Amino acid sequence: MTDAVGVMLQGNEAVVEGALAAGIGFYGGYPITPASEIAEMMSRRLPQQGGVFIQMEDEIGSLAAVIGASIGGLKAMTATSGPGFSLMQENLGFAAAAEIPCVIVDVQRAGPSTGLPTAPSQGDVMQARWGTHGDHPIIALCPSSVSEAYHLTIRAFNLSEKYRTPVILLMDEVTAHLREKVVLPLPGSVEVVERIQATVPPEWYFPYEETNSDVPPIVSFGEGYRYHIDGLFHDRAGFPTSRLDEIRPWVERVFRKIDRNLADIVHTEEEMTEDATVVLVSYGTTARSARYAMHRARERRKRVGLLTLQTIWPFPEHAVDHLAHQARLILVAEMNRGQILLEVERIVKGRCEVRGVNRADGELVEPRQILDALEQ
Amino acid sequence: MKNGIPLKDRERVEVRLAGMGGQGMVLAGQVLARAAAVYDGKNAVQSQSYGAQQRGGPSQSEVVISTGEIDYPRVVSADILVALTQEACDKHFLNLRKGGILIVDSGLVDRVPTSHAYRVPVTELSRKATGRPIAASIVALGLLAELTGVVSEEALRATLAVESPRGALDLNLRALEAGLEEGRRLKGA
Repeated sequence: MTDAVGVMLQGNEAVVEGALAAGIGFYGGYPITPASEIAEMMSRRLPQQGGVFIQMEDEIGSLAAVIGASIGGLKAMTATSGPGFSLMQENLGFAAAAEIPCVIVDVQRAGPSTGLPTAPSQGDVMQARWGTHGDHPIIALCPSSVSEAYHLTIRAFNLSEKYRTPVILLMDEVTAHLREKVVLPLPGSVEVVERIQATVPPEWYFPYEETNSDVPPIVSFGEGYRYHIDGLFHDRAGFPTSRLDEIRPWVERVFRKIDRNLADIVHTEEEMTEDATVVLVSYGTTARSARYAMHRARERRKRVGLLTLQTIWPFPEHAVDHLAHQARLILVAEMNRGQILLEVERIVKGRCEVRGVNRADGELVEPRQILDALEQ
Repeated sequence: MKNGIPLKDRERVEVRLAGMGGQGMVLAGQVLARAAAVYDGKNAVQSQSYGAQQRGGPSQSEVVISTGEIDYPRVVSADILVALTQEACDKHFLNLRKGGILIVDSGLVDRVPTSHAYRVPVTELSRKATGRPIAASIVALGLLAELTGVVSEEALRATLAVESPRGALDLNLRALEAGLEEGRRLKGA
C-alpha cells in the first residue's frame, strides 16, 4: 500500500487513516478548528469505504448520533475541540453509563471558552476525566507524534469496543497540524478488535448481565433483540432501578472492567530512566520538548530520564510510583497550569520533589523552559 | 563549533519560511518537508502558524530536517531563515542561529539587519519566470536547495510533480529553476 520510505501525513489525517484501519462505519461531527481536517477528510474517505458521514447541527447532536450509530452496530467516532467537547459532556456521560462504545477526538486548543482557535494547549486533561458529572470510568489516550496519532486512534477504537466504553483521543493542536513522515502498516496487519456479540437467543439476552469478563455482550438494535438503554441506573435488563442490590454491583462492575485490565489499557514509555535522578513526565507534543531537553541535559552529563504517558486516564499510577522511588526530582511538563502535575503529586506522596513546567498561553512548552527548570 | 559543519551534513537542520498569507509559505514548507522526507530519505516535520486572515497577515512555516529521529518538532533557533516581508525579517531575525543563513526578498525587505544575507529579488524572479508573483516561495526553495544543500533539486522536482495542482506544475518548475539558477549565480559570485 505504501512504499517503504513512508508517507507525509498531518496528525489529523493520521487520525482519519487510523479510524479507517480500525473499521469505522459512522462519523457524526461538527467542524471546528483545529480538528476540522478530520471531518473534511472523513467526509470524502468514509463514504468511499461504505461508511456514513453526517455533518450534524452541533456537537450535542454529533455525539448523540455517534451513540445511536454505535447501538446500531457501527464503530463510530466524532472529533472536536474544547468548545465542542464542552457541549459533548452530557452525552459522554450517557455513553459511559449505558456502556456504549464510541471514540471522541478532542484536538485541544488554547482556552477557556473560544480561546485561541489556532493555538495548542493541553487544558482539557481534567475535563476528559471529570467533565461529565458523576463517578464514571473513562479512557483517554494522548498521541505525541503523527505516527502515534494513527496507532492510538486504532487503539482507541479497540479499547472502546473491547470494554464497552467511550474512549477519548486527547490530541493537541501541534500534533494535529504537524506534517511528519509515517510508515503505515500494511492493511490486514493491524490488530482490530470487535465487540463481544451475544450468543444467546433474544429471550435470554440481558444487555447488562454480570459476566466473567465484566463486559456484557452488546447486540445491535434491529437484530430482533428487544432491550432498553437508559442513563438512569439500570438493572440487568436495562430498565431503571433504585434497588441497592442492583445499583452497587453495577457501579462496581463498570469500574472493575477497567481496573482489572490496566495492563492492557495503560501504556507508557520510559527512556533513559535506568540511572535517572531527575525524571521528566510528559505527554502529547510536550513529550517531544521533554525528549529534546533530556538529550541536551544528557550531553551535559546530567542523569535525566523521561516518562511519556500514552494513556493519561486511567492515570499510570504504577509507572509514576516506581520512578518516585529512585528520583530526586520529577518535572511534569504540560501545556496547562498543572493538571497531570496533581496526579503525579498524588502518587509521589512527597517521596521526592515534584515541580511543573507549565505554559497556558497557546505556545508549545519549549525545551529551554525545561532545561531552565532542571538548572534550578 | 557547530558552524564548522556544512548545513547539509548536520544531523538536524531547522528552517523557517516566513512571509505573509498568500505568499505560499505554508505550501513551500510542505514541499520542502516532503521532498526531504520522502525523496531524500531523511526525516522531516513541518508545522505552521498563521492568524485568522487568509491573506496579508503574518504566516510562517517551520521545517525540521534530520538524519535521525526528530524529537522537538519546532524550530529552536533557525539555521536558515527565508523572509519575504520586512515584518517577517524583523520578527524572526533574532531567532536565526549565529552564522545562520538569511535569504530575503530584496524587493520587499529594505532594512536587512546583517551584511551576511542573500538579498534576492525573489518575487521579481517569480514574475520574470512565470509571469506571476505567487510562485515566490517556490523560487525561494530553489535558492535554498542551491545555497544550502539541505534538500536535493531532484527531490524538489519530484515533490512538485506530485503536489502541484492541475496546470500549476509547469509554473512551479519554472519558478524552481529560476531559484536554482540564481543560487548558482550567487555561489559563483
